[in-house]
Amino acid sequence: MSEMLNSTSEAQGSTSSQSGRVDSINEYEKGTSLWSDAWLRLKKNPLALTGLGFLVFIALACLCTPWIAPYGYEEQNLLLGASPPSPQHWLGTDTFGRDLLTRILYGGRVSLMVGLIATSVALLIGVTWGAIAGFVGGKVDAVMMRLVDIIYALPFMIFIVLLMVVFGRNLWLLFFAIGAVEWLTMARIVRGQVQSLKEQEFVEAAISIGLSKWAIIRRHLIPNALGPVIVYTTLTIPSVMLLEAFLSFLGLGIQPPQSSWGLLISYGVESMEEYPWLLIYPGLTLTLTLFALNFLGDGLRDALDVRASKD
Amino acid sequence: MTALLEVKNLTTYFHTRNGVVKAVDDVSFTVKSGETLAIVGESGSGKSVSCYSMLGLIPSPPGRIEAGEAWFDGRDLLKASQAELRQIRGSKIAMIFQDPMTSLNPYLTVGEQLIEPLIFHHKLSRAEAAEKARSLLQEVGIRDPEKTYHAWPHEFSGGMRQRVMIAMALIAEPKLLIADEPTTALDVTIQKQILELVKEIQQHRDIGVIFISHDLAVVKDLADQVVVMKTGRVVERGDAPSIFNCPDHDYTKKLLAAIPAGSKASAHDTAQMSHPLLSVNNLVTTFADRHSGDRFKAVDDISFELQRGEILGLVGESGSGKSTLGRSVLKLAQSDSGSIVFDGEEIQDLTAKAMRPYRRRMQMIFQDPYASLNPRMTIYDTLAEPLVLHDLAKGPQLNKAVLELMDDVGLARAYVRKYPHEFSGGQRQRIAIGRAIATKPELVIADEPVSALDVTIQKQILELILHLVDKHHLSMLFISHDLAVVRVLCDRVMVMKQGRVVESGLMESVWSSPQHDYTEALLKAAP
Repeated sequence: MSEMLNSTSEAQGSTSSQSGRVDSINEYEKGTSLWSDAWLRLKKNPLALTGLGFLVFIALACLCTPWIAPYGYEEQNLLLGASPPSPQHWLGTDTFGRDLLTRILYGGRVSLMVGLIATSVALLIGVTWGAIAGFVGGKVDAVMMRLVDIIYALPFMIFIVLLMVVFGRNLWLLFFAIGAVEWLTMARIVRGQVQSLKEQEFVEAAISIGLSKWAIIRRHLIPNALGPVIVYTTLTIPSVMLLEAFLSFLGLGIQPPQSSWGLLISYGVESMEEYPWLLIYPGLTLTLTLFALNFLGDGLRDALDVRASKD
Repeated sequence: MTALLEVKNLTTYFHTRNGVVKAVDDVSFTVKSGETLAIVGESGSGKSVSCYSMLGLIPSPPGRIEAGEAWFDGRDLLKASQAELRQIRGSKIAMIFQDPMTSLNPYLTVGEQLIEPLIFHHKLSRAEAAEKARSLLQEVGIRDPEKTYHAWPHEFSGGMRQRVMIAMALIAEPKLLIADEPTTALDVTIQKQILELVKEIQQHRDIGVIFISHDLAVVKDLADQVVVMKTGRVVERGDAPSIFNCPDHDYTKKLLAAIPAGSKASAHDTAQMSHPLLSVNNLVTTFADRHSGDRFKAVDDISFELQRGEILGLVGESGSGKSTLGRSVLKLAQSDSGSIVFDGEEIQDLTAKAMRPYRRRMQMIFQDPYASLNPRMTIYDTLAEPLVLHDLAKGPQLNKAVLELMDDVGLARAYVRKYPHEFSGGQRQRIAIGRAIATKPELVIADEPVSALDVTIQKQILELILHLVDKHHLSMLFISHDLAVVRVLCDRVMVMKQGRVVESGLMESVWSSPQHDYTEALLKAAP
């Protein structure tokens, strides 16, 4: 008995440092063990851990690129031209004689940043918007979702070009613009989930306890809608990376001599027959990253599902 | 008479990660034509698994039939191939399931669903099949077969759907009908009709029936033979009169004792007290019909008072508006007019925000313990949430309060970090009750809190509620479709029909001399 009390207070102590919030409900969230339980379960999933490890490795490598990269990203060697992998250039060079490894590392900085920021924007807006629309319902829901429909209907290219014209070419704007389009589907998914969840008696029980609407959304609805959200997020990250490549290819995103994985791949496709390594290595990097993301996403979804076995 | 089905030493194990579960352990029984065998036991006793395993319907793996024979129609079902079993299931053995709401395809008319097997298995023409379907609908007591034939499943009540399911089961003229808790999801009056229908069909068609139930009372008038199962084993068997009149095994006695009977011991007359805790006057709650837009009155001009420390019973069938009344009082449903006075304060017009301080003082216990707990919150979090919200406990006191709640509702303290899915229905209902009494409310509305539970569990939960009402001086509005359950708990009772109170009074006088026809029908229908 006393042993269990101890472990309870221990669990609270260990997580309290994470939330410095003060109002009464947050104060009590220290005791919530959904996330710590999820972490325990995730630790037992080797595939998800491998994925996480790989992502951390790639992220660190890209972060430290300016210090570890063997060459500069625009350093040309026109005499060398496109050369296959060699001891000097591990992954070979492109037609301008630029080191491919260096360019992949620099490209990763852009691609990962797009993936992270645009997806976070999509997550934040999409989940909040969908949860509110689904929970409040009625006219609010109708207005909010019609707005989503309208933005859906706007041709994406025109939207982006307009933004570029008004605000000028800006990497951050690009991230924001992609995020601002990707949240629409997220909002629809979350709204559907919340609509079916709010009919359940535990939501009514939460109302009869006296919880506010916002607390019900945050504590009861969103945690139960997380499964599909995580799966869709792992699908969103690669799609925004490819979107960035597409926009850059059209001249709207980042410009040469800067690079991103998507750009490297699209240049690689052009010279696939003569210089296959220009396609293979950037393609491999992107593929491995996406694999890692999917493993991690699946692992997270299972870890957050408390109904999955606990042994 | 020869046996229609003879099951010998049937043994089915489930090989799970946590070890072997002996779901069915050396079970034997026989069914003769024109006879009804009742298999009775709690959930998890193996009563359904034993029938499902001989029909090849258990998930395998993890399920595996370890030993036994099941002789039907000259062959051993356990040795039959899946294809042979499929043939038998479609024609000679038919099943009826518990939940008629989910067992019909919502996108096909009733008629289409009925003629499908006739066209595919029996090679009848469309017209012949339709003719046969109509006569079957008539046989299962559907008054207007022509109209029903073209109707959609959602246009029917639960009882009507169960009739359609029975018609579907009969379509291939089976020799054996297996009914798996066919009335558990139905109201008492409907349950009575369905039980009568099953009996009628059995006699009329001279077929064998296996009737699976958790409730001995239900099978009393129906069964010729009774098999009582517990944890995979048969603990007692015999013909119905001997089981009911002189049961041998302790477990059978326990099942019989769990049938709600008798009245509340300390019935005291509280109606004269001057200050009621809750006073509801001329309350009206309406809902808009989704298709026509007309409003219908779910609660139609209802007035009543609830004294402190009193348990008031509210009885009616589904659709009578009893749940809506309960939800209106707690303002979980918005009422149109009338007044709700709680402890001298009018709360009918309060906004959601102004209502919040009152929430601590009035709580609800819900019917379905599977839906009323957040699956992603531990028991600790579920119980702590109301305490923290209303600022009743913090830090070490919070731990103490939560653990005391666990004691209060009879759950081991060590369970506090588990999630709802790790508990049985009865345990979950205990958790839900714990959440309802956490804030030490004055008023608790219990909406069919035992309807989803086995009889033995039902008895325990009723005892728990009585104990807690006494200990914490609660006032309770107890909503149920079952007069016998209400009688165990309540001093006074109201009977509701179509949004109106048709009768109310002291429990014992309503029980012994009902004034309204509807009350009398409810009393008669109780098994």
